[in-house]
Amino acid sequence: MNWLILGAPLVSAVLITIGLYKNKIASVSVSIAACAVSFTSALIVFFSGEYWGYSEYLWFQVGDLKVEIGAMHDDLARLMLLMATGVALLIHIFAYGYMKEDEALSRFFAKLSLFTFSVLGIVMANNLVMMFIFWVLVGLSSYLLIGFWFQRPAAAEASKKVFIINRLGDFGFLLGILGVWMLWDSIDFLTLKSAIKTNPNSTDTFGLTLVAIGLFCGCVSKSAQFPLHIWLPDATEGPTPVSALIHAATMVVAGVYMLCRVFFILELSENALLVIAIVGTVTALGAALIALQQNDIKRILAYSTLSQLGYMVAAVGMAASAEAMFHLTTHAFYMALLFLGAGSVIYGIHHEQDIWKMGGLCKKMPITFWTFVVATLALTGFPGLAGFYSKEAILSSAYHDHPIIFGVLLFTAGLTAFYMTRLVVVAFLGKEKSGVVSHARESSWYMTIPLIILSIFSVIGGWSINHLGLEDFLHVHQHEEGTISVIAMLIGVFVIGTVLAFVLYNNRESEPFDIPMVSPLFKNKFYSDEIYKLTFVKGHQMLATGLSWFDRWIIDGLIVRGLSVISNISGEALRLIQGGNLQAYIIFFVFGVAFIGFFLFRYAL
Amino acid sequence: MNFMLQFLLITPVLACLAIIIGAPAKRTALFSSLIGLISTVALAWGFDAEAEAFQFITKIPVAEHQDLFTLHFHLGIDGMSLAMLLLTSVVTLSAVCISPEDIKRGKLFYICLLLVSLGAVGAFVSLDLFFLYAFHAVALIPTFLLIGIWGTHDRKFAATQMTIYLMAGSLVLLAGLLAFYFYLPEPTFDLVEIQEMLQGDSFTAEQQSVIYPLLLIGFGILIALFPFHSWAPRGYATSPAACVMLHAGVLKQFGFYGLIRLAVPYLPDGIAQYLPLLLVLLLCNLIYIGFLTLTQKDLNLMLAFSSVMHMGYLFLGLAGMNAVSINGMVLLMVAHGLSTALLFGLAAEIRERAGTLHFAELGGMASKAPWLAFLFIAGGMASMGLPGLGNFAGEVMIYFGAWKGAEHHPILYIVIILAAWGLVISAIYMLRAIKTVCYGSLSDSLRETEDFKDFAQAFPFLLLLAGLLLTGLCPWILSNWMKPVLVGLGLE
Repeated sequence: MNWLILGAPLVSAVLITIGLYKNKIASVSVSIAACAVSFTSALIVFFSGEYWGYSEYLWFQVGDLKVEIGAMHDDLARLMLLMATGVALLIHIFAYGYMKEDEALSRFFAKLSLFTFSVLGIVMANNLVMMFIFWVLVGLSSYLLIGFWFQRPAAAEASKKVFIINRLGDFGFLLGILGVWMLWDSIDFLTLKSAIKTNPNSTDTFGLTLVAIGLFCGCVSKSAQFPLHIWLPDATEGPTPVSALIHAATMVVAGVYMLCRVFFILELSENALLVIAIVGTVTALGAALIALQQNDIKRILAYSTLSQLGYMVAAVGMAASAEAMFHLTTHAFYMALLFLGAGSVIYGIHHEQDIWKMGGLCKKMPITFWTFVVATLALTGFPGLAGFYSKEAILSSAYHDHPIIFGVLLFTAGLTAFYMTRLVVVAFLGKEKSGVVSHARESSWYMTIPLIILSIFSVIGGWSINHLGLEDFLHVHQHEEGTISVIAMLIGVFVIGTVLAFVLYNNRESEPFDIPMVSPLFKNKFYSDEIYKLTFVKGHQMLATGLSWFDRWIIDGLIVRGLSVISNISGEALRLIQGGNLQAYIIFFVFGVAFIGFFLFRYAL
Repeated sequence: MNFMLQFLLITPVLACLAIIIGAPAKRTALFSSLIGLISTVALAWGFDAEAEAFQFITKIPVAEHQDLFTLHFHLGIDGMSLAMLLLTSVVTLSAVCISPEDIKRGKLFYICLLLVSLGAVGAFVSLDLFFLYAFHAVALIPTFLLIGIWGTHDRKFAATQMTIYLMAGSLVLLAGLLAFYFYLPEPTFDLVEIQEMLQGDSFTAEQQSVIYPLLLIGFGILIALFPFHSWAPRGYATSPAACVMLHAGVLKQFGFYGLIRLAVPYLPDGIAQYLPLLLVLLLCNLIYIGFLTLTQKDLNLMLAFSSVMHMGYLFLGLAGMNAVSINGMVLLMVAHGLSTALLFGLAAEIRERAGTLHFAELGGMASKAPWLAFLFIAGGMASMGLPGLGNFAGEVMIYFGAWKGAEHHPILYIVIILAAWGLVISAIYMLRAIKTVCYGSLSDSLRETEDFKDFAQAFPFLLLLAGLLLTGLCPWILSNWMKPVLVGLGLE
């Protein structure tokens, strides 16, 4: 099964690249079939309930370092596998509808398959190095996908930026892995777990905190947490199905998945957990604030994803990794649905992404509209839908021990309701705000069927997960007292946010708010891109220029050329002496003899 | 099978003779390097990975003066030399493949190429330090000719500078080898005898502190260790593609090969004593040269600097001084050789099409020449250390090995953390190069560009890529070969 899950998408990517690309239909079918194979195998794995780690392939073994490609089927992996393959399959089908007319359709599906392969590798990984391998591969495939329309300078630039920021995270993750290896002499999850169980207090806390933060660095870049969140909006430069894959079901949640996977290490260090919780909370709030003032439909969704990821990371930081996984799973359904819905809209109105140029789409694209509404309600926490359950779980775990985080996350939930309602009201309701809308029509069934399936999961995803036989793992903590008040507060902010946005934005033609100081701050994403450019990009540039000057004038100029000048001068000087003139030689000889003789007489005799 | 090594050495000599007599130069060279590759693969086939001793031994006496001086033409290989041989034969074949048939003074050109390859093969199969050194010199001299005659702009200066540097390096190296020789209880150049002689009691710490710095500087100049790196970028940017593929890809690895053969087993105290110096220099290679790479505005210069930068990782492996890091070093030597050759070869293809390698004048190649762009991106990814390709496996081993080695020298932790920033630096410049060359809108220089016309044109690059994939997906092959070597080096 393991070989099938991982192998199918890989084989598809290779086959398409080496020859199948000439035939578009064959490429698409192979890619979708491969994804279906993975999904079916994941289903089988899910219901066969295996727990232990396998090793399938010995990558190498030197001394005491043994790296294997293996697989792990604990509850965490099984849940994630099922979710990732399932959503990926729907996105593959949608992608065919969306990308049909693109000339490079085959190339797109090859990359999609490679992406699926990489993500599934992270999910199955049974040791840290294998996880790192696929971790980097996910960075690569997202780079290739975001830069799919490489002729567009913006896409080329965005893909480069995304990859570089991913490498920053790889840097920290690698050091974290090295640290784990140093502390427990193992990289294998099962071995590590038993080593920590038998010997929990054997290590120094400072080193442990550093190691945990190193591992968390990987998550910060992959899950776009503050301050490395800047790449996520750029990722919307890729085609819409890519945005869905990257944002919703797979890439960004890989970071959270990794945190849950190594949670048994993270939880040894309270300081590290605190850092994680704070970073998550800041991200949740900051992204929601930015989303308030964005006008590009995909960017609003991107920031919304960011904000939800902040929730998950904060949950891990509050030692509630099960709740984080729960939110991750429900989020995958409705966020994929939102992105695909946005894709359907963009496709329908010929690649217009500004919500202030839409409006009135609810009649033109009814299926897209209604599924989009379902997803919005699921995200914003409409009672009974998927997001409500998982958000409630996270908030409940914060309620007692972390009152500040609880307050911030609750406020963020209200903001979420506000900006999502704004999006729906402006884009779908009211009058048509521009000409592009008048030609809009509902998308083909390749695109609508995935929307419908995902909307079903967005509705039932919340309660059904609690009935899948994963109780041991997803024993979402029952905080008896307080739960009712948490639910009440959650519903309260949901209602306030939704109603407020509806009242403020219904039948508006343009953005009604322009608060000095605040609006530009949100619109410009707290100037995080500018800060990134000033520190990281400029810093590297300045250092590079300075060192280049040093190399040219000091190393190559002064020292190397200097040496050659010195040897030239001494050569010239010696040439003067050795002119081939016999008289001169005799004079030198006489002087030499006199010189030696002088010293002999003076000192020796 | 024992004649195989002589066969490997005789083939290029015969090919050179044939070219002199009048055989078509490129075809003869191609034929000879193809035979070289096939017989190296056959060698790998017949190679016993379990055996601890050298294999395919040949020992022919050359000079025997009782009590004074004995010299044997002593050939043999172990896992490490086998890996180097495979690298050499693959790079040689692709270097010959990509060279134009109608190059000026073609006879001399192909003879030079074959001699470079011959020298490298000879150095890697010699079990006698005298011949090891001599073969390396055989490889160096045609390199200067290749740059001086067939180089691009500024070739005279580049060739002179490179000659002076590498000759100076060779001299320091010679001094080191002589010191090594005379400090032996019974002076000999024979590696097998040295191994037996030094079992148990090695050189004293004082002796090591004389020999090791000479070897480090001598080999270091050949490898472009900071601050002796100035020759490399200029030389590489100027030299014809085939020459730079062979030099940056193969000959440079000879320096590390020598250090592993001599310094690791016999001079551990020297390595420990000079570790701080080595660490500073290797960080300069990684970070300082890395930053220089960022400022390059020409693809060839950038690749040259990048190649120098990656030498830092290999030195980090040496600093780790344990089985994992040395194994990673050998793997990275092979992978780096393949990826450097691939990138320089592709740069030559791009120059042929666009007439320039300035970033400002390139762009959008992927839409005109998708296969060329694909291979270029693959080479770039290999050099950045992306999994699936050999460099990643080597770097992972080096990081883990050096991290283990840091238990004895805690300063290494800091060095590794700084060195890992190289990951980010190489991503920045490589991705920028890929973006400006392959992506974006089509530049005027590439408007008429054509992709590879047929399989034959792409073959040398696919061959190198296949090598990278093999080392990246199956690093266990090399670590199996390396196991007895590491035992011999006293590391396991």
